[in-house]
Amino acid sequence: MTGNHPLAAESETYELSVNGRREQVKAAWLGESLLAVLRERLGLPGAKNACEQGECGSCSVFVDGVLVCSCCVLAADAVDAEVTTVEGLADGDALTDVQQSFLDAGAVQCGFCTPGLVVAVHDLLDRNPDPGDLEVREAISGNLCRCTGYGRILAAVEAVRDQRGRRSRP
Amino acid sequence: MAPLEYLRPSDEGAAIALAEADGRACLLAGGTDVVGLLKDGVLAPSRLVDINALPIAGVEIRDGGLSIGALTRLSDVADHPAVRGRFPALAHAVLAAASPQLRNMATVGGSLLQRTRCGYFRDPVTPCNKRAPGTGCSAIDGEHRLHAILGGSDRCIAVHPSDPAVALLALDAVVRTRGSRKERAIPVDDLYLLPGSTPERETLLEHGELIVAVELPATSFAARSCYLKVRERASFEFALVSAAVALDVRGGVIRTARVALGGVAPRPWRARAAEAVLRGSRMTEATIAAAASAAVRDARPREQNAFKVELVRRVLTRVLATAGAGG
Ligand SMILES: Cc1cc2nc3c(=O)[nH]c(=O)nc-3n(C[C@H](O)[C@H](O)[C@H](O)COP(=O)(O)OP(=O)(O)OC[C@H]3O[C@@H](n4cnc5c(N)ncnc54)[C@H](O)[C@@H]3O)c2cc1C
Ligand code: FES
Ligand code: FES
Repeated sequence: MTGNHPLAAESETYELSVNGRREQVKAAWLGESLLAVLRERLGLPGAKNACEQGECGSCSVFVDGVLVCSCCVLAADAVDAEVTTVEGLADGDALTDVQQSFLDAGAVQCGFCTPGLVVAVHDLLDRNPDPGDLEVREAISGNLCRCTGYGRILAAVEAVRDQRGRRSRP
Repeated sequence: MAPLEYLRPSDEGAAIALAEADGRACLLAGGTDVVGLLKDGVLAPSRLVDINALPIAGVEIRDGGLSIGALTRLSDVADHPAVRGRFPALAHAVLAAASPQLRNMATVGGSLLQRTRCGYFRDPVTPCNKRAPGTGCSAIDGEHRLHAILGGSDRCIAVHPSDPAVALLALDAVVRTRGSRKERAIPVDDLYLLPGSTPERETLLEHGELIVAVELPATSFAARSCYLKVRERASFEFALVSAAVALDVRGGVIRTARVALGGVAPRPWRARAAEAVLRGSRMTEATIAAAASAAVRDARPREQNAFKVELVRRVLTRVLATAGAGG
């Protein structure tokens, strides 16, 4: 959004590109976070809202392929970017390997942290297909889970890592 | 919600002019601090000048040193081979900051200028001289376990939270800035003000002045530098105490030393007394102990944060031994 004209509160309309679709955001306050716009205006509740301060990672999404906390991104700043939320990871009703692995490993209890973790784990394994245990721990350190104690989450990540490793070997 | 103007200029001159023209304008970089403060009502700017479209991101090798564009994300700083190889304290400090998501967003300029994590500052209804000058400091008689033991005043004892700033201080980094009338090169050591009677003024920068880059000079001590951060859990937490040290050791004698502390003062803290002990000495256990004690000689802890004095000594003991090891 460029331009030097003052914009009054509650009156701005702009477009975001989310999961490959152009979405109109109407009459929005320009101080709104991307998380608020995704959830409240675009009906995409996958990114969760807990701390609103970057502390828990439950709002994790990709902006132009970069893993971020959507609660700390101003929606207006994402206007020229491609946003991918957890809703946009899978093809139709099929689950991604990471999602399936979370289910198989019992890594989901209340499920609140799960969408953010799934997004963060996709980010990790797409950049680094063979992370060591410490790398996995560091990669998900920005995602807090208050139920599982992380053991099953780590097991889920290892399972996908090993599965993808087997698939890529000749 | 107050009316808010959002502007995203694509050249530096326009960004500076837009910020200078409105006394309540705020620059927006990675947003990891600004967006939170905005939501909590701690900041109420009338205008946000989003600087993300400015061409000031990226790491360049220059005159043997590095120039890091102000918009370079912390994750890109940590990944850069020249940072890892030649300025290890900075790579360590950046990787010790925040979480992967936040490092992907946070910029070098924003890391230097982020505001304190003092809970009273971040709660818009309690007295706080930094947020609302003249209202008093709630921490002095309240919760101050995490607060300053060095450099505080009777008006404010909040600490500066940045890890990267501590490493940049130890590496003699210089901040390049631009305003509408002048450009400046400000050593990180000169950038920060102590709270004194005006804790609301944190740096030398003028309203609207843009940090364009942070420059790391080639020095004899950068290569042998490291950063150690102690926090209440192993990752994703602000420092209780941290230290960056950089040493030039030749023939077993320390020629030059830089010692900077984090988590203990209202600014990244240069421990000159510790540097003086190290300079000209051999790296023995006695030297390390003397330097570690010198660093906290002037400390003025309060009831709840006296533990930080001993913690500084131990952190310095360990980090000096690490940096000093190997010839
Ligand atoms: C949950 C959480 C945990 C964190 N943990 C840590 C930690 O452990 N260690 C640590 O060091 N940090 C930590 N941080 C802080 C984080 O590193 C900072 O918020 C971040 O570096 C700020 O950078 P930004 O680009 O997002 O700045 P913004 O939020 O965009 O801006 C911050 C300030 O800098 C100003 N500014 C930004 N760029 C410029 C420029 N180029 N010129 C002039 N002014 C500018 C802005 O106007 C604003 O005042 C944490 C943050 C969060 C939310
Ligand atoms: S809601 Fe964004 S990190 Fe917690
Ligand atoms: S499963 Fe409940 S927070 Fe993680």
